[in-house]
Amino acid sequence: MRIDLRMSGLGGQGLVTAANLLGMAAVNDGHCSVVVPFFGAEKRLAPTESYVRISDEKIHERGEVGYPNAIVVFHPDVILQDKCFTMPFYSGFRRGGWLIVNADRPLLSERDAGALADLEARVLYVPASRIAREVAGTELATNMAILGAVVGATGAVTLESLEQAMAQRFGGAKFVASGTTAVLDDVLRRKYAKVKDLVDKNMESIRVALAFVQNGKG
Amino acid sequence: MAERTAVSPEHLLFEAPREKHYLIGNEALAEAVKRAGVDVVVVYPITPQSEVSHLCGDLWAGGFIGDYYRGEDELHVMVSAMGAAAGGTRVFTATSGPGTLRGMEAIACWSGYRLPLVCAFMGRGVGTPANIQPDSVELAYLLETGMLIFHAEHAQDLFDMTLQAYAIAEQPEVHVPVAVFVDGFFVTHSRETVELPPDHLVLHPYDPAVAPVPAMDMEAVPVRMARDCLVIKSNFISYDANASWQQEVWAAHQRARKHIDRLMGGLVEAVHPRAEILLVASGSAAAQARAAMEAARAEGLDVGLLKLRSIRPFPEAEIAALTEGAKAILIPEYNLNGWLAREVLSRIDRHSRVFAGPRVFAGMTMAPELILDEIRRLAPARP
Repeated sequence: MRIDLRMSGLGGQGLVTAANLLGMAAVNDGHCSVVVPFFGAEKRLAPTESYVRISDEKIHERGEVGYPNAIVVFHPDVILQDKCFTMPFYSGFRRGGWLIVNADRPLLSERDAGALADLEARVLYVPASRIAREVAGTELATNMAILGAVVGATGAVTLESLEQAMAQRFGGAKFVASGTTAVLDDVLRRKYAKVKDLVDKNMESIRVALAFVQNGKG
Repeated sequence: MAERTAVSPEHLLFEAPREKHYLIGNEALAEAVKRAGVDVVVVYPITPQSEVSHLCGDLWAGGFIGDYYRGEDELHVMVSAMGAAAGGTRVFTATSGPGTLRGMEAIACWSGYRLPLVCAFMGRGVGTPANIQPDSVELAYLLETGMLIFHAEHAQDLFDMTLQAYAIAEQPEVHVPVAVFVDGFFVTHSRETVELPPDHLVLHPYDPAVAPVPAMDMEAVPVRMARDCLVIKSNFISYDANASWQQEVWAAHQRARKHIDRLMGGLVEAVHPRAEILLVASGSAAAQARAAMEAARAEGLDVGLLKLRSIRPFPEAEIAALTEGAKAILIPEYNLNGWLAREVLSRIDRHSRVFAGPRVFAGMTMAPELILDEIRRLAPARP
């Protein structure tokens, strides 16, 4: 098994976090994974990318994924305003790959749609930001909904490992190990509730997006 | 802070059990600093090194580092590191790109004072146009500073080489500073699996009593730091003293070789060294070359890799011997100027065998496919 993902979006959308979670989940599944973030000195709204390589064998190369078999677009501006490091955004796309776009409706130009059809790309539109707002109550969970779509489309990692990665990332291993809240003092109890709420809402966003893809609505 | 157990470098590097962790390169480096038992860390944050500055602060807050502070700029940092090391303590610092150049006046003095401090240089572009992205041209500026230079391919190398650096630098017969060079972002910010020994293990403390230059204190005042007089007064004796002192630094590099062999497994990692086509690379370029080599071999092409772990001392005898039978030699690099190709070319013959490239710079990624294209071009025609 080998999958190379290129995530393109804007600074502040959580691409780096999403990539790290995906990589952690892959490692939890027993795979090898190397995650590489890519951004400039500017921060919010500037083009940002993250790359995730997952394989059953040791991965040597690093840096940008030039030849992805999954492209994940976090924001329509990546396509509509060329806000990405690769032009056009699907350059290097391998035949038969997954293109997952955070959008309510199709937004490819006729030319891009034709080029992607020639590559036999499987295109999914997932309203990840809307799902994040409606399910988690914040657009900040857009990256989580997108992760759900990635899992639903590619099966690159299991949902269980992704949930485990979520706890590792937001709660730390000790948080998971000390799940018996009865022994925690009030401060820890509040922290636990806050982190648990965050993880729960994120996971719910992931599940809704995953179901959206699995039900063929993408 | 939990109780810590002082152990030998051999135990820490080879015998202690290791656990897998999923870390970015900067975190792996901080884990090495933690186990190195560092007395003093002085740093100034600069991308892509900033996270290490921060993490070292956390280590100090946790009681793992004796003293820690942020200098006002890199020159201040490098001078402070020099003072702390001259005082007989184990010192760590780190910087990147423009920070390296800003601190260079002090950095170039470290070896002259025979200080065994370790600095992580987390390579990025230098000069203008401004660039925070990875570029190994920074290493070219360090080549003649008298430091030992190790080039990490990945986060595991970065962890291991940092500990190896202290163990080698502090040998009384070596006692020169070590640059652990690593490509920014490609390693510093990339997350991958790293195997770490337990964090209650720490290297035995540094013993300045066995240093070739006495530690600076009230009995050995600063004027004695360089052992001999400076070339201020023009006479033959002072010239001669200074010249021999400079030669002694480079002689120390040669004496470091046996310790590099013992603790790092040699200056060069050779994979399929008898192949017709050899890739010669270091750092992230070695990682890309390794991937290209595997793809080429899957196509039936006879390709091998010489990964240079050590740039100073430069493995000239090893490269000359290992490339003797190669029909073609490729030297992929992450910089425009090709410092590694120049180093290799000056040590081997039959230069028409050498393709000094490909080169990618200013932060772009050298896809293994780019190296693979060159391998295919240079491969002998097959029936």
